[in-house]
Amino acid sequence: MRHVDGNAMGGLLWEVFGAEMTHQLGCCAGCGAVNPLATLTVYRDAPGEVARCPACGTVSIVVVRMPHAIRVTIEGVRWLQIHTG
Amino acid sequence: MAGAEIQRRLNWLVAVVVGVVEETPSVRSLTLSCPGWPGHRPGQHIDLRLTAPDGYQAQRSYSIATPSEGELVTITVERIFEGEVSPFLLDVVAPGDRLELRGPIGGYFVWDPGEGPPVFLAGGGSGVVPLMAMLRARISSGDGTPMHLLVSARSRDDIVYREELETLSHHDGVVVTLTLTRSRPEGWTGYDRRVDGAMLRDLVMSPDSGLVSYVCGPTGFTESVAGLLVALGHPPHRVLTERFGPTGG
Amino acid sequence: MSFITRGFEGRRRSREPSGRIPPGQYATLDFPVLSAGPTPRISREEWRLTLADTTGAERSWSWEEFTALPVTDITVDIHCVTKWTKLDTTWGGVTLEDLLAGVELGEATVVLAHSYDGYTTNVPLADLSGGRAMVAHTYAGEPLEPEHGGPARLLVPHLYFWKSAKWVNRLEMLTHDRPGFWESYGYHNYGDPWREQRYSGD
Ligand SMILES: Cc1cc2nc3c(=O)[nH]c(=O)nc-3n(C[C@H](O)[C@H](O)[C@H](O)COP(=O)(O)OP(=O)(O)OC[C@H]3O[C@@H](n4cnc5c(N)ncnc54)[C@H](O)[C@@H]3O)c2cc1C
Ligand SMILES: [Zn+2]
Repeated sequence: MRHVDGNAMGGLLWEVFGAEMTHQLGCCAGCGAVNPLATLTVYRDAPGEVARCPACGTVSIVVVRMPHAIRVTIEGVRWLQIHTG
Repeated sequence: MAGAEIQRRLNWLVAVVVGVVEETPSVRSLTLSCPGWPGHRPGQHIDLRLTAPDGYQAQRSYSIATPSEGELVTITVERIFEGEVSPFLLDVVAPGDRLELRGPIGGYFVWDPGEGPPVFLAGGGSGVVPLMAMLRARISSGDGTPMHLLVSARSRDDIVYREELETLSHHDGVVVTLTLTRSRPEGWTGYDRRVDGAMLRDLVMSPDSGLVSYVCGPTGFTESVAGLLVALGHPPHRVLTERFGPTGG
Repeated sequence: MSFITRGFEGRRRSREPSGRIPPGQYATLDFPVLSAGPTPRISREEWRLTLADTTGAERSWSWEEFTALPVTDITVDIHCVTKWTKLDTTWGGVTLEDLLAGVELGEATVVLAHSYDGYTTNVPLADLSGGRAMVAHTYAGEPLEPEHGGPARLLVPHLYFWKSAKWVNRLEMLTHDRPGFWESYGYHNYGDPWREQRYSGD
């Protein structure tokens, strides 16, 4: 069990979205499961960080850090709901 | 505080090591003084970034072990055999050293005092660290939330914060349970096995209490204990998890 | 703004003066396991390798048929885009030449390799010829372990190692290039370590 979870991605997601994201809800584009981003299954022994749906394994978010940029692909998330307080 | 969170930027800060405590032969706490630290919530973590002379960098996450206390941040690190960062933090770092960090990070695996539903905390190995911040916050704030901490460790000598845990269980509404997975010292009256369904059935309140559980530690421990709690009828959204990876425990 | 952390060296990194370490790489003695998902466990009984040509026609091999093909042994250096290089790794498997013998390639210019876990990577057909690539089933004289891509993985050692798809089960011939997994998430489409083609745009 080499994976971690979305909690471990908190700092990186903050860099990408400009805010704490781990408690925000995402809907899986593969199976429709709705979960806080903290519960995503995260593989980071890889060329990038790969977050998958804990229910069906669909690739939810991939983050690749380049020398002067971060590319984030979120094709596996149908929607993200940002709590505004 | 949640409102302020959204405004804050996550910058790398420079902290100075001001305190070192050897918790067990393989676990050490470092207290860092961090100018510009905005304060934190129990359960949150920092990202630590180390830089070698040739520019090579390594980054790791460490949970904060203490409730918010001005500019002070205490982390507790377990040695991972042949690890890149943890042996460095245990063997090389000394008071006065500067370390680069950012945080606090985390908005899900957090608990704030405030007379909410009862809380069950289960920690394997160094997974006890963020739970300890919650328990310490519960006690220092005078909050009355019933809180039960279950700690799983290899042996008695591997129990992090052991002395403090022994005194904490005298507080009203606080229960600490220990289980040892690899040895049973003479006179030991606690559990001496891996956390299992029967143990949780004995220890944990029923789901109708509204109980919220926080489970943290090595990935295998965390998934196993969370699965057992769900099997006992606790709704998955009230079983919060944080996986530390394949380490220890 | 980073400063040097007193006493921190990090994992041992040696940069050999010889010309065998590509720019930005360091030599490692371990064989790090990289994964972007759970490791699929495929038994040799259920394993199949399928080749799809540009007309969509397919042919496939069972494990028995595949391992009956001529075996080639090679010793090569491998270069991971996460910056480690491992020298003198030894592999056994079936070269693409031997695998494609008698297959009608038509207008195909690119192969998209697919794996049991859904992973994909694209490699120009030309880079798979001349004995430069194989489907490997043996590493260091032993059956390839699941962590390293077993039962069988693609091996294209002259490109960054993400091109060497683990758990490969389908080779799709394309007339038009299509990016694979890492190629679409930000990595280079070709991935030559000697030209340090790490990221898209390098
Ligand atoms: C959100 C979060 C909070 C964390 N909080 C803490 C904390 O409070 N305290 C703490 O000590 N750690 C914590 N960790 C873990 C920490 O971030 C590091 O992963 C840990 O210190 C190991 O780092 P390392 O550089 O020493 O080891 P690495 O060099 O990263 O790992 C060494 C190698 O050993 C492997 N490995 C590690 N353990 C084992 C094992 N038991 N068996 C087999 N292989 C193994 C690893 O996969 C790796 O290949 C936390 C992790 C996360 C994600
Ligand atoms: Zn899903």
